[in-house]
Amino acid sequence: MQLTLKSVSYVYNSDAVEPRYAVKDVSFTLNKGEFVGLIGHTGSGKSTLVQFLDGLLKPTSGQVLCDGEDIFEKGYPLRELRKKVGLVFQYPEHQLFESDILKDVCFGPKNMGCSQEEQLERAKKAIALVGLDESYYTKSPFDLSGGEKRRVAIAGILAMGPDILVLDEPTAGLDPAGRDEILDQVERLNKEEGIGVVLVSHSMEDVAERTDRILVMSGGVLQYDDTPRNVFRHREELAALGLDIPQVTDICHTLRDKGFDIPEDILTVAEAKEEILKVLKKS
Amino acid sequence: MIRDITLGQYYSVDSVIHKLDPRVKLVFTILYIVSLYVGSGVWCYVYAAAFLGLVIILSKVPVKFMVKGLRSILFLLVLSACFNLFLVDGNVLVKFWIIRITDNGLRTASKMVIRMVFLIMGSSLMTLTTTPNDLTDGLEKGLGFLKVIRVPVHEIGMMMSIALRFIPILIEEVNKIMKAQMARGADFETGGLIKKAKAMVPLLIPLFISAFRRASDLALAMEARCYHGGEGCTKLHPLQYHTRDYVAYVILILYLVSMILLGKLLG
Repeated sequence: MQLTLKSVSYVYNSDAVEPRYAVKDVSFTLNKGEFVGLIGHTGSGKSTLVQFLDGLLKPTSGQVLCDGEDIFEKGYPLRELRKKVGLVFQYPEHQLFESDILKDVCFGPKNMGCSQEEQLERAKKAIALVGLDESYYTKSPFDLSGGEKRRVAIAGILAMGPDILVLDEPTAGLDPAGRDEILDQVERLNKEEGIGVVLVSHSMEDVAERTDRILVMSGGVLQYDDTPRNVFRHREELAALGLDIPQVTDICHTLRDKGFDIPEDILTVAEAKEEILKVLKKS
Repeated sequence: MIRDITLGQYYSVDSVIHKLDPRVKLVFTILYIVSLYVGSGVWCYVYAAAFLGLVIILSKVPVKFMVKGLRSILFLLVLSACFNLFLVDGNVLVKFWIIRITDNGLRTASKMVIRMVFLIMGSSLMTLTTTPNDLTDGLEKGLGFLKVIRVPVHEIGMMMSIALRFIPILIEEVNKIMKAQMARGADFETGGLIKKAKAMVPLLIPLFISAFRRASDLALAMEARCYHGGEGCTKLHPLQYHTRDYVAYVILILYLVSMILLGKLLG
């Protein structure tokens, strides 16, 4: 499936003298199986933007197209769309409510109208996908650690079998170990299950290595839509938007400025090591 | 729907009414409600409407904002209007099947609706122009005399200010959880009463949990700042009457007296 945003805008206080744009004239297309990073400062419109993808928020102007059909057209089955686009909100653990984890993960499939067996089957598969074992099935969601709760919440969305998984800052408030675990799992879902992923974050490090494509939002406007390498070439421009580039890319930029022959589009520590060794060998 | 509740929301703008002492506004609300009941008859309501309109204009709060607040009590309004309209005895005006409308019924119903609308607008005007903190300060100071008979005025004030402060936060929370559950295919709109009530479970449980979590966080934060009740607690901005407050009191009393006179003259 393909999701297209066509010059969407969202205005707060539309009747005020000076309307405030949360999102202004943004267009892009999400293709099946893509791993996209959505980056921006706090208040840049990221969270507003992702709600369009799921039809939870109607843009003030512009269209959201799913496989060419306008999702805000009257009679469009929004609940069908929400099966295909799984949106995981910030702090998704706050939405858990059932007495045990298996039941909570079943909530999505139940709403889809699946039979009891199918609900359980989907739930068990989803729980396994987020790396939790059978011993968790009967635990109360409120007895878990923060990272585990979040994984259960993500499983709740995965159980609906989405084609695109949208995660709004899935690593907020987690320690580095929990963060890597979640991101690795998301990456695996993308590579092995072919699920398209939109990862919202304000950490460049999180998205640099994993994504195929990065969207940079600033002040409600889509500034860049390109591969990570191309986006991070714009060190000064990103800094002006209040965004960092990955530390290792920053170091390579600095080395290059000092006259070393190192490419400026380095994204990972491994790449940087290769290039630095190359330079050292030459000298 | 939840967003429409303006009761307990502050509308930030600089106006004479906003600057008034909260005690004045509390007294205004009470006297205004009293004034709605001392006089009845068309001219009394016109007078009450004109007075309220003037205060609204002075407060610079958009009328649209106030009317929106009424939407949330629309159901209550319609219900009580219907009860009065169909059940009060009197001279029958219209008769249709088992429904009959009497002149008394019509009169009581319209009186009721007008009073309720003014009552809600008058009291939401108070909360729209007074920050929750000011409001509870005003209550605490205004009702301070009750301490003599061991009414825990400070504690009640603190509870009220916390409750008011948390209304917008919890509304936002409801919206967030609602969206999160809708993303999981939850349906809050269709179905009968029982289905709708059942659909609230995934909304209410997370809401309660988050309310408890916030409550315990807040209690901890208050203790960390050495809060131990009102005993010996001083205010950062103690309430003090200014000239404009006395003027407002005089206007209020004049309004009430003239309303009583108007009621007597025409009633």
